[in-house]
Amino acid sequence: MASLTIDHLIGLDGVPREDIALILDTTDTFLEVLDRPVKKVPTLQGKTVVNLFFENSTRTRISFELAERRLSADVVNFSVGTSSVSKGESLLDTARNIEAMKVDMVVMRHSAAGACEFLRRRCTSRFINAGDGAHEHPTQALLDMFTLRREFGTLEGINVCIVGDILHSRVARSNMFGLVTMGANVAVCGPPTLLPRHVDRLGVRVFTDIDEALAWCDAVNVLRIQLERRAGGYFPTLREYHDVYGVTAERLDRLSRRIAILHPGPINRGVEIDSDVADGPQSVILRQVTHGVAVRMAVLYLLGTKTE
Amino acid sequence: MSSYLFRNGHVIDPVTGVDGQRDLLIVDGVIDCIREHIGASADETFDLDGAVIAPGFCDMHVHFREPGEEHKETLATGALAAAAGGFTAVACMPNTIPPLDTAEAVLSIRQKSDRFPVDIHPIGAITKGREGRELAPIAELHAAGAVAFSDDGTCLQNAKLLRIALDYASVVDAPVIQHAEDAALSEGGAMNEGYMSTVLGLPGIPRIAEDGIVLRDMAVVEYVDGTYHLAHVSTASAVDAVRAAKVKGLRVTCEAAPHHFTLTDEAVRGYDTSTKVKPPLRTRDDVVAVKEAFRDGVIDAIATDHAPHAAFEKEVEYVYAPFGIIGLETAVGLAVTELVEQRYLTLWELVERFSVNPRRILRLPEIRIEEGMQANLTFFHPSREWSVDVRQFRSRSRNSPFHGMTLRGKPLGIVNKDQLVWLAE
Repeated sequence: MASLTIDHLIGLDGVPREDIALILDTTDTFLEVLDRPVKKVPTLQGKTVVNLFFENSTRTRISFELAERRLSADVVNFSVGTSSVSKGESLLDTARNIEAMKVDMVVMRHSAAGACEFLRRRCTSRFINAGDGAHEHPTQALLDMFTLRREFGTLEGINVCIVGDILHSRVARSNMFGLVTMGANVAVCGPPTLLPRHVDRLGVRVFTDIDEALAWCDAVNVLRIQLERRAGGYFPTLREYHDVYGVTAERLDRLSRRIAILHPGPINRGVEIDSDVADGPQSVILRQVTHGVAVRMAVLYLLGTKTE
Repeated sequence: MSSYLFRNGHVIDPVTGVDGQRDLLIVDGVIDCIREHIGASADETFDLDGAVIAPGFCDMHVHFREPGEEHKETLATGALAAAAGGFTAVACMPNTIPPLDTAEAVLSIRQKSDRFPVDIHPIGAITKGREGRELAPIAELHAAGAVAFSDDGTCLQNAKLLRIALDYASVVDAPVIQHAEDAALSEGGAMNEGYMSTVLGLPGIPRIAEDGIVLRDMAVVEYVDGTYHLAHVSTASAVDAVRAAKVKGLRVTCEAAPHHFTLTDEAVRGYDTSTKVKPPLRTRDDVVAVKEAFRDGVIDAIATDHAPHAAFEKEVEYVYAPFGIIGLETAVGLAVTELVEQRYLTLWELVERFSVNPRRILRLPEIRIEEGMQANLTFFHPSREWSVDVRQFRSRSRNSPFHGMTLRGKPLGIVNKDQLVWLAE
């Protein structure tokens, strides 16, 4: 049986193509499980998984928790509010506690880039990154890629554009790394103030004109605009953002073909995307949510049953 | 009476112009005899096996954390680290708690350290409280022993204050040392802004934060004819700005730190917080530009910016870790490995960058390796290989990204103030 070369899923940067393909293929299997009347398999019976969330995220946590329970794992939820002082000390203490509690797997969300890697280096459990700062959110990218693969039959050669705040987005980074590895043509689009420096060196095209980007792509992944970015001075107003970069029905109607609309959620309706687009026929947003559970089951299964 | 005889040394003294094989005898802290062969015996004899005998090395940029943060480093542990690294003198930055902005604070550093084999020269704050608002009592600080003035750790943002500081410090003939960093541009940043910060998702510090201040400062220095020293230069453009200023004949000098001529921002991969430093580790182009600037003399001195932090402070998420790398005990090895071995500097030039130039910049007395002079010497072996092990460091802190690295060029010991510090083999 095929197994992953990676021991943890910290990010998609550097993860080989075979691993990503294996995760996506395995996801197909688990998607079938989700259609059965009894949606539970005994795969991870006797394994303990801790959902360690230092940052609020109801959706991602629930998606992971569902995946874990459907694999019959013992699940512990651990949500830690981060105070502004001595965050680090508590992270080191957390590492020591996890080690002491002999947990098999840790699913971790944290506001600081590298935090998951920090714990991984200090613990023997297997780690799955559920988002670390602006670094990576690999399971989100995998579910986006899975959705695209079902939509187009392949990832090879399809044109995918990620629109929005690329600079602060872990979803964008993981998607760029994963999609480029899988042979997709990737572009990013957003105000120049929200594009990270030398992003083109990741092997992606850069658009600053949303209409050009939409005309180029087969699928657009619309990122949530964090409302506080405006206060950071990256763009003047939310209204202006919507005018210049919003994915609207009007813009889609001008295109010569139908493109797929993805969004990692939660949606700011009327800011980065209009309601009628988010709920319209081109939207695959709710399918992404369903696929999210199956992708996470695949990752948990492949890492949780991997022999040392 | 104490006497030490060093055999088979290679004396390099750019001041007296000596570069050759010598034996050297020290009696009661004074150079008694230098000859190609000395027949006499002494209390202790060392076979140097071709190691260099140089005028005592001076690190003009260290942070010894006393007073206020003695859990990171004290004057005593800092001096031990300096001696172990082959330095007989250091200049310590005033960002202590409270800062060195009063004559009492400056005097206290000198009094506490006056028996150490390593001379500790305090650098006074430019502004009261290092707040960048009001001039500190520069003449008083100078009279108390401050050898230079800096608000290091923070940059003098206000050009008017820089102008005033340069003008005023010229009265006591002391350099103003600038930590060039535009605070608005660097705010919130954790590493160099570029491809690597994009990959790692860490907030960036753009190079223009350094470049802009250096360019502005050169204009101010030219206008007021001040004496200016740029701390830890790290970008190709900042190096170019200093080069241009020197061509114009401005009284500008600058230093670079070993981590800036050794590592690039690639080292941040893995989020090891011992790579977190200001200015941040830059790109390959910058490292090459810094090395080239050593070759053509634009960079006058090697200074470590030795910045100790306790493990509990550094062992945190990258964005929350304090900035700083300790450098005293790896400086000679890194400089020989990166600059001498790679033919950017000769050993002679290395001695200038480590001893003659920093002492000249700080207006410290010249060291001459001559009979009858007080011995103030650094001994190092230029071809001996060793492996960096932070657990062996004398410093109280361990925040070095060089752990495990194999270096060529090893400090063997120092003599200063009639004290010999010899490192066990």
